[in-house]
Amino acid sequence: MKEIFVRLDRCLGCRSCEMACAVEHSTAKSMLTAASEVPAPRRRLYVEYALGQKIPLVCRHCEDAPCVAVCRTGAMRQDPITGIVDRDQDRCVGCYMCAMVCPYGVIGQQRESRMVVKCDRCGSREIPACVEACPVNTLIFAEEADFAEILRKDAASRIARGYSMRA
Amino acid sequence: MVKEARERSVDPASQEMLAVAKQEGLETAWDRLDKQQPQCGFGELGICCRNCNMGPCRIDPFGEGATRGVCGADADIIVARNILRMIAAGAAAHSDHGRDVAIVFKEMAQGKAPSYSIKDSAKMQRLAEEYGIAGDWQKEEEIALNLAEAILAEFGKQEGPIRFTRRAPAKRVELWRNLGIDPRGVDREIVECMHRTHIGVDNDYVHLLLHGLRTSISDGWGGSMIATELQDVLFGTPKPVRGEANLGVLKGDEINIVVHGHEPILSEMIVAAASDPELEERAKQLGAAGINVVGMCCTGNELMMRHGVPLAGNFLQQELAIATGAIEAMVVDVQCIMPSLGGIASCYHTLLISTSPKAKFPGATHMEFSEQEALGVARKIVGAAVENYVKRNPMRVNIPEIKSECMMGFSVESIVEALGGSLDPLLDAIKGGAIRGIGAVVGCNNPKVKHDYGHINLVKELIKNDILVVSTGCNAQACAKAGLLLPEAARLAGDGLRGVCEALGVPPVLHMGSCVDISRILVACAAIANGLGVDISDLPAAGAAPEWMSEKAVSIGVYVVASGVYTVLGTVPPVLGSRNVTELLTKGAKDVVGACFAVEPDPIKGSRLMIDHIESQRRKLGI
Repeated sequence: MKEIFVRLDRCLGCRSCEMACAVEHSTAKSMLTAASEVPAPRRRLYVEYALGQKIPLVCRHCEDAPCVAVCRTGAMRQDPITGIVDRDQDRCVGCYMCAMVCPYGVIGQQRESRMVVKCDRCGSREIPACVEACPVNTLIFAEEADFAEILRKDAASRIARGYSMRA
Repeated sequence: MVKEARERSVDPASQEMLAVAKQEGLETAWDRLDKQQPQCGFGELGICCRNCNMGPCRIDPFGEGATRGVCGADADIIVARNILRMIAAGAAAHSDHGRDVAIVFKEMAQGKAPSYSIKDSAKMQRLAEEYGIAGDWQKEEEIALNLAEAILAEFGKQEGPIRFTRRAPAKRVELWRNLGIDPRGVDREIVECMHRTHIGVDNDYVHLLLHGLRTSISDGWGGSMIATELQDVLFGTPKPVRGEANLGVLKGDEINIVVHGHEPILSEMIVAAASDPELEERAKQLGAAGINVVGMCCTGNELMMRHGVPLAGNFLQQELAIATGAIEAMVVDVQCIMPSLGGIASCYHTLLISTSPKAKFPGATHMEFSEQEALGVARKIVGAAVENYVKRNPMRVNIPEIKSECMMGFSVESIVEALGGSLDPLLDAIKGGAIRGIGAVVGCNNPKVKHDYGHINLVKELIKNDILVVSTGCNAQACAKAGLLLPEAARLAGDGLRGVCEALGVPPVLHMGSCVDISRILVACAAIANGLGVDISDLPAAGAAPEWMSEKAVSIGVYVVASGVYTVLGTVPPVLGSRNVTELLTKGAKDVVGACFAVEPDPIKGSRLMIDHIESQRRKLGI
């Protein structure tokens, strides 16, 4: 299955992914009208800043996800085939246990009501909105093996550059 | 390929060249727009601020993150400051153009610029009278020098008034004074924009926007109007002239020189130099049938309306023109010249020649222009183009065989003349209802809108509904290419407008010039308002900029609204991040200056907004 991967060395902190995520989860799906919608559409991924680095955090859709394990109403569910963790808004009672156990803090809150919001990997979209919006390819939607290959190629070219300089 | 070209432009010549560009692997503005997607939402909404180095800051439009920048500025302040800076840049561009014309005019009067002369001395006398300059009318140079100094002083004035602002109806001037937005001096207002938007100065969005109005008035009724009036004196006041427009004006067997940009100070000289017998002879020696000078963008407007010089196209056609492979030189000065041109020119034999001491471009040959030796420099430039003809590769020449006839050059003076000496017949037609009102349609091209689609469809709807259209800039050129600038286009107009056009032999869309010539539209509006004994904001008139993109267009839109004309924008300005600023521009301004903005990307719906406004203005006037 494809996942949203983050190339941690590339993020410029423009937050285009956050904007695109909120717009994708708005009613009109338009940047120009989303800002005035009530309730305000929420982003489900977060660009954080730590030790001088910009780090986009997006739900990892973990196996045996702790958020699913602690949900007492069954609102938080993991699709057995795709592995996507999503919450059923009708069942959510807003206890926020899921938010407390999430190691990445990517379970947010719909401010106007006691309801959690999290990445649903953009349901019907072929490529999630955040990935499409990233202007510098920090976010990659790929199979794990393909992503590892991208990283290896990056690493190989770094090594090659160093090696050729030595020679 | 063809489908993609059709999605990008409605102009058949451009569609043809887009297909060529694709085949040749050339990158155009449309490709670059695609690569910019998605464009930054903070920028689109106007809520990023880079004015100080505590930032860059941005406001979370969804209210979840930051609601204030580091200095404490909220979305209202940031949006208002950003718009004010756009107005400042636009007003600066127009007004600096005006300044250059005034300087040439002064040097001409001093005998330092022998290539220039007074072409319309009657107009100069009218201007001198307006400025209260007394003198011996036999000594033209003396009057000219006094007038030049009086006009140049408008830029550096501290306490106003700018003389031409007093052309506005007395009620309008009174309103500006009461609001504290009567401009004090062209340069002063622009400088104050930069001061106010500096960190920690003006932090009240209403106060910021009011200064925007003041600055824009110093453009429309100041810098731009100075450019128009002195260009008329130096190069002649335009009269209706027939010509041809679109890329088909390029000639396969001649040396093609495209003059692109804005200031006729340069282009007039290129046209003069191109008829130099020595250069023509040299062209023939090299096997060319002649030298074909054509205009592009506002330079094209200026040349066509004064000399009938063919028009190659509007803003989005500049790259496509080079892709014809038939251009020996593209000669540019300032404004709306894409920095991509050098790259495209390097794929052909085309010389890109920059001329302005203010503007250099990658890949261009710089042949700096000077007023003192204008014709000499122009000869060198034309000479370089002529010599370049031998490098043309005939196998790579693709000139679309598409051009349209048009009639251009309706200055206010020539409109009055066409009406038989006064505006009364027009006023009667408006009062009687044959003409429902006036639509001023102006502005740029923007690849976010299908090229020319917004312009042509909005204008067609207006004339169909008996609204006389006055047009400048890239809109006028879109209309020229679509055959709307011809008396014959009256058949597309409603019965009332059609009757008036046929009686006078004029087109339903009147070409009034370049973008600085929107000042002509202001003068016409003032004259009509005075004729009806009302303010401009009472007129059955509306403005539109269906494909606008430049900062100049922002300044124009604001001075048109500040003058009292309701204006419809076809692309969304970067203000939606602030509900208060948006509200003020689209509603609140009506209570302040009697007009406001609307945004409507669909040209048909945009025309409907204008028509409804014009009809409601008629009801209020009781006509």
